[in-house]
Amino acid sequence: MAAIIAENLVRRFDAFTAVDGISFTVQPGEIFGFLGPNGSGKTVTIKMLCGILPLTGGAAQVDGIDVVRDPDSVRARIGYMSQKFALYDDLTVRENLRFYGMVYDIRGAALARRMEEIIARIHLEPFLGRQAGKLSGGWKQRLALGCALLHEPHILFLDEPTAGIDPVARRQLWDLLFEFSGHGMTFFVTTHYMDEAERCSHLAYIYYGRLIADGTPLSLRQLPDMTPAGTYRLEITTSEVTVALRRVRALPAVRSATIFGRSIHALIDATCPQQELARAIGDDGIRIEDLRPLAPSLEDVFVELSERRQRELAA
Amino acid sequence: MNPFTGFQAMAYKETLHAVRDRFALFAAFMMPLFQLVVLGYAVDTNVRQVPTVVFDQSGLSAGDGQSGNSETRAFIDRLGNSDTFHVYRHVRSDDEMNAEMIAGRARVAVKFPPEFARNLLRGQSAEVLVLVDGSDSAVAGQAVTVSGQIALDESLRRLLGEHAPHPIDVRPKIMFNPASRSPNFFLPGMIAILLVFVTTMLTAFSVVREKERGTLEQLIVTPVRPLALMLGKITPYFVLGLSEMCALLLFMNFVFQVPIHGNAPLLILLSTCYLFVNLTIGILISTKAASQAEAIQLAMMIILPSVFLSGYIFPRDNMPAIFYGLSFLIPATYMVNISRGVILRGAGAAELWLDALVLLALGVIVLLLAARRFRRMIL
Ligand SMILES: Nc1ncnc2c1ncn2[C@@H]1O[C@H](COP(=O)(O)OP(=O)(O)OP(=O)(O)O)[C@@H](O)[C@H]1O
Ligand SMILES: [Mg+2]
Repeated sequence: MAAIIAENLVRRFDAFTAVDGISFTVQPGEIFGFLGPNGSGKTVTIKMLCGILPLTGGAAQVDGIDVVRDPDSVRARIGYMSQKFALYDDLTVRENLRFYGMVYDIRGAALARRMEEIIARIHLEPFLGRQAGKLSGGWKQRLALGCALLHEPHILFLDEPTAGIDPVARRQLWDLLFEFSGHGMTFFVTTHYMDEAERCSHLAYIYYGRLIADGTPLSLRQLPDMTPAGTYRLEITTSEVTVALRRVRALPAVRSATIFGRSIHALIDATCPQQELARAIGDDGIRIEDLRPLAPSLEDVFVELSERRQRELAA
Repeated sequence: MNPFTGFQAMAYKETLHAVRDRFALFAAFMMPLFQLVVLGYAVDTNVRQVPTVVFDQSGLSAGDGQSGNSETRAFIDRLGNSDTFHVYRHVRSDDEMNAEMIAGRARVAVKFPPEFARNLLRGQSAEVLVLVDGSDSAVAGQAVTVSGQIALDESLRRLLGEHAPHPIDVRPKIMFNPASRSPNFFLPGMIAILLVFVTTMLTAFSVVREKERGTLEQLIVTPVRPLALMLGKITPYFVLGLSEMCALLLFMNFVFQVPIHGNAPLLILLSTCYLFVNLTIGILISTKAASQAEAIQLAMMIILPSVFLSGYIFPRDNMPAIFYGLSFLIPATYMVNISRGVILRGAGAAELWLDALVLLALGVIVLLLAARRFRRMIL
C-alpha cells in the first residue's frame, strides 16, 4: 500500500488556481522531496494532504485513508511541521513535548516513556528546562521535529524544516530524518536546497501549480534533453574565478555561467568551441586548471524544466 | 470520536501560559478590584446638601440683608434643616441670584416676593419661587420634591395649628436598602459588569494570539476536537473569573460595607453560569477576529451594550420596547438581577434559578456557534 496517493489534486482560491491537477505516489519509507519556486503551491499541497485545507478537486489517500472522507483519522496518523515555527515560546522544551503527547491522548507512564525516547533520540537533554522561544533556530526545529514525532506518526510532513538554520544544524536534522526513515517512517519534505534534494529518495518538482518532474534524483539528472538543443555544458576550473566569470559572461555564445567553488559551470552554444572559451579567459596570469564536459545538475534540470514550461505557457 | 479529545492537554497548556505571564495575570486580576474601589467611591447618587441661594424681597425691608421677618425665616430654616438644601448665601437682587445659578455655584435659588409676608398674614395664598438647575436630573427631582414637601408641611401647620396631627400621614418604608445608600444599589450590579472584562477579553485574546503566531494551524493538524480546544482554553480563565468574583464580593462587603442579605455561596455558584457565557462569547469573538486589535473592538461592541442595557445604570422598566427586548439577550441583565437579588433582597435559588438557567442556555448556544465557526475556519 502506498503511503500517499494524490490524484489530480486541485485547489483554487477564488479565480486563482494554486494547485492545478497534480498527481503523484509516495511509497512507505521514502523521503519524498517536494520542490518548487516560492508560491508554486507546495504548502497548499501539504495542507490538503494533512486535511486542513479542503480540496477543490481530485482525491488523496494518506496512509490508506481518504483525506476528504475522513480527515480526522488522517490527522491521528500523520505529523506536520509547519513552515513557520509553531511551538509555544513561553513553554519549556519538556512542556511543549508533554503538551503534544497529551494532545495525541498519550498518558501517564506511556507518555513519560515516549518522551524519554524522543529526548534521547533527538538529544534534547541539555535544553529540557529552557523556554522554546529562547532556543536557537536549529534547536527549535529539532524540538518541532520531536513534537511531531511523539505520537509515532506513519507519515511526517515537513514544510521547509531547514529554512534559515546553519549548515551544521541542517546536516544534523537530515541525519535524524534518515535515522527515522530507516525505521520505516515516510517523510514528505519541502526544501529550496539542492543538496537536500540530492539526499531524497524520491523527488517531485512543482512549478506554479503544475507538477513538471517526478523521479529519483538520478533519473531526473539523466533525463534526456536537459541540455537544450545546440548547446553543451562545461566545467571550467581556474585560479581566478571571478575575473574568468566576467570574461566568460561577456561572450555572446555563453547562455549562462555560475560559480561553484573554484569552478564555473557554463551553458554554451555549440557554435562556440572550447578553445575559443579558453582564449577568451586569456593568458594574462589566469591559469585554466581544468576544462571538462559537465552533466546537468539537479538545479540545471529544474531550471531547464521551468524555462520550458514558461515557454509553453507563453506559446 | 470523543468530542473532548485533547481537553486536558489544552487546559494544561493554557494554564502554563497564564502562569508564565504572571504580570498580565496579576494586572487582569487587579483591574476590576481597582475599578470597584474607584467607581464605588465615585458613584454616590444620593442628593445631599444642594447649594442654595435665597433672595428674600419680603424680608429686605428690615434693611440688614438678612431675612427680617419671621414668616420667611421660618421657611428658610426648614430648608436649611433638611439634609437636601444647604443655604450658603443670601442675595439682594435678581441679577445676583441669576449670576449664582449661571456660574453653577447654586443649584437651587429660592425667591420670596415682597408681598410674601403680607399675603401670608392676611391669610391669602403666598407664592415662593423655587428655581432649580435641571442639568442634573437627580438633583432637580429631589429639590422639587423636597421643597414642595416643606411648603405643604408649612401650609398644614399654619392651617391646623402648631402641634395638630396631619389628617393623613404617609410613612414610606424602603425595603432592602433602608438607608438608600447608593453603593448598596450600584456595587452588586457593578460586579456583574466588571467580571466581563477578565473573562471575555482574556479568552478572546488567547485564541487570537495563537492565530497570529501560527500555532493554531499546528493545533488543527492534531486530533484536538474544536469543543475540547475551546473548553480547555477557557478553563484557566474560568478559575480566574471565579476568584475575581470572590475577591469582588469581599471588597464590596468589607471595604464598602454592603451587606449580603442572601447566601453568598449560592451567589458564587450562580455566577459560574455567567462566567461560562462570557468565556464562550470571548471564544466566539476570537473565531471572527484576525488580530488582537480587532478582538478588542469586537469585545467592546459586545461589552458596552451590557453596561447600558443590563439595568445596571438605567432601569430596564423605562427602556423603549426595542431596548427592553434586546436586554433579554444580554447575559449581564441576568447577572445584575441575580447579584442584586441575593445581595439586596436576600433572594434564593427558588427566585433565581430561571436567570441561571437562561445564562447556561445562552452559554451552550454560543459555545456551539463558536464550535461551528471554528470548524469552518479550519477548513
Ligand atoms: N489562503 C489563501 N488564500 C489565497 N491564496 C492563497 C492562500 N494560501 C496560499 N495562497 C496562494 O497560493 C499560492 C501557493 O502558495 P504556497 O504557500 O503553497 O506556496 P509555496 O510553494 O509553499 O511557496 P514558499 O516556497 O514561498 O513557501 C501562492 O500564490 C499563495 O499566495
Ligand atoms: Mg510554503
